[in-house]
Amino acid sequence: MILTVEGLEFAYPSRPVLRDISLSIAKGDFLAVLGTNGAGKSTLLKCINRILKPQMGTVLIGGDDAGTLSRRELACRIGYVPQHIERTRTTVFDAVLLGRKPYIRWEASAEDMEIARQALRTLGLEDYALRYVDELSGGERQKVVIARALAQRPQLLLLDEPTHSLDLRNQFEVARLIQRIVKEEHLAAIAAIHDLNLAMRFANKFILLKDGAIFAAGGFEVMTQGNIESVYSLPVEIKQFGDIPVVIPA
Amino acid sequence: MDAYRRYTAAKGLVMLALVVSIGIASLIALGAGSMNLNPYEVLRALTGKGDDVADIVIWQIRLPRILAAIVAGAGLSVAGCVMQNNLRNQLASPSTLGIANAAAFGANMAIIVFGAGSVRSTGADAVYIANPYFVAFSAFVWAMAAASIILLLARTGGFSPEAIVLAGVALSSLFSAGTILIQYFAQDVQVAAAVFWTFGDLGRAAWNEVLILSAIVASGLIYFMVRRWDYNALGSGEETAKSLGVNVDWVRFGGMLASSLITGAAVSFLGIIGFIGLVAPHMMRRILGGDHRQLIPASALAGSLLLLVSDTAARTIIAPVVLPVGAITSFFGAPLFLYLLARGFERK
Repeated sequence: MILTVEGLEFAYPSRPVLRDISLSIAKGDFLAVLGTNGAGKSTLLKCINRILKPQMGTVLIGGDDAGTLSRRELACRIGYVPQHIERTRTTVFDAVLLGRKPYIRWEASAEDMEIARQALRTLGLEDYALRYVDELSGGERQKVVIARALAQRPQLLLLDEPTHSLDLRNQFEVARLIQRIVKEEHLAAIAAIHDLNLAMRFANKFILLKDGAIFAAGGFEVMTQGNIESVYSLPVEIKQFGDIPVVIPA
Repeated sequence: MDAYRRYTAAKGLVMLALVVSIGIASLIALGAGSMNLNPYEVLRALTGKGDDVADIVIWQIRLPRILAAIVAGAGLSVAGCVMQNNLRNQLASPSTLGIANAAAFGANMAIIVFGAGSVRSTGADAVYIANPYFVAFSAFVWAMAAASIILLLARTGGFSPEAIVLAGVALSSLFSAGTILIQYFAQDVQVAAAVFWTFGDLGRAAWNEVLILSAIVASGLIYFMVRRWDYNALGSGEETAKSLGVNVDWVRFGGMLASSLITGAAVSFLGIIGFIGLVAPHMMRRILGGDHRQLIPASALAGSLLLLVSDTAARTIIAPVVLPVGAITSFFGAPLFLYLLARGFERK
């Protein structure tokens, strides 16, 4: 197991957000975290890499308690792609090289440069290397940030709604990319996703969050009409298009 | 890869151009003034081969002043650069966060309430400050108080970047109001001394001040350069920075503390010199981009050049009258500030 979460609880001063979350994920898994707005998807991701500090529970990453690791050590193991991406005035290459931050002591080494270059190639961004990030489209920027997370050489990728605000083609491309990276780079990914169809097409593990607790978790078997209806409080139907399942509100 | 190296080398060239410009501007500034010296005479005096008068003018009057411009310009500019990064707001700078006004308030306290300022009986330069180090100390303490309030609001108040600058404006007027109240109950000679202090004036710097300021600015620069990757990470957002292993609270505290120290020291010794911390980093960000590996040294150089040119202009525009350099910098800083506002808070 790359990641094991046990009994995780998180509350803001005014309201509880996550209750008794337990999950585990192995190498090669692409886990989709699903649920309504405010169900706690983003909070769960932030608790895993300790952007937020959970009040209770343990997070084991590569066998070590995340609470005992320094931020830098954690950054060597977990890459994070935030929901909101800043339009920085830096070149794409420098933005990706920033992913080497946890490893850099004084200045980026030749190895760091090479790893950043590989991450660019994985995402097909070589031709963009010297473009400024604030001049890119939303889809390109999303890829730059994924490349930066890859440059961290993590065991686990956390992605907070990586496809939101992207057009149809870019949603598809980014989701497929994550699926490919997980397989090729031998890591695990957890993505908070709103689009059920996209999730079911590319992810292989699912967690349905409802009111801060896990409603259902597992493989495709949990993505039933009943579960989805309960979680989203909306009648739905699941239709098959060839071998592609599609969820539509009934 | 080669293209990237060329791109980095181009940034190096910009910095080299700045260094050369500062050198040329220094030579001109050393020669300019009521005793006009040509560059050859300046070099002779610098190497100790000039005549006695030129020696004194260069070594005791102009050189400390020019070094003060270079050091203070660099300090105010990097302070602004780091504040803009740390608070994630392009409008953050020593003059917009109320730190300069707080320093002025502190100086007024020292001069008027504690009687550190006085007036000599006669002479053209009647206003004089009896205990400049006490004034500087008081200005510094209050500058740090303002900085702490800003830090506190940013940390625990959960203020948004826009709100922080507005809070800075509020602090500025609060300290201005305090200054006005103190001055209202003061004798006119004390007010004269206090107002005179407020004008940013590089002529106040003798070798001692220049050395102290240099030590502070140099340590600050070194600290900022050590932190340059953290600042780059912070530029991509707070959560991203944390996910890249940056201890955001600590980095921000250190950055604001160091930049406040630099600002406080510069303002305390030299008076208020506005907008350098806003104009210089912004120009460099436009030219070089937001990578702090280059942005920090380039901002320092640009700040030096700007303040040096402004001061030389202040000394020569209507010579022999020497204008307060703070007025000159604000004169071209304010329009740029308006331009920034017009562009609608665009993030770096």
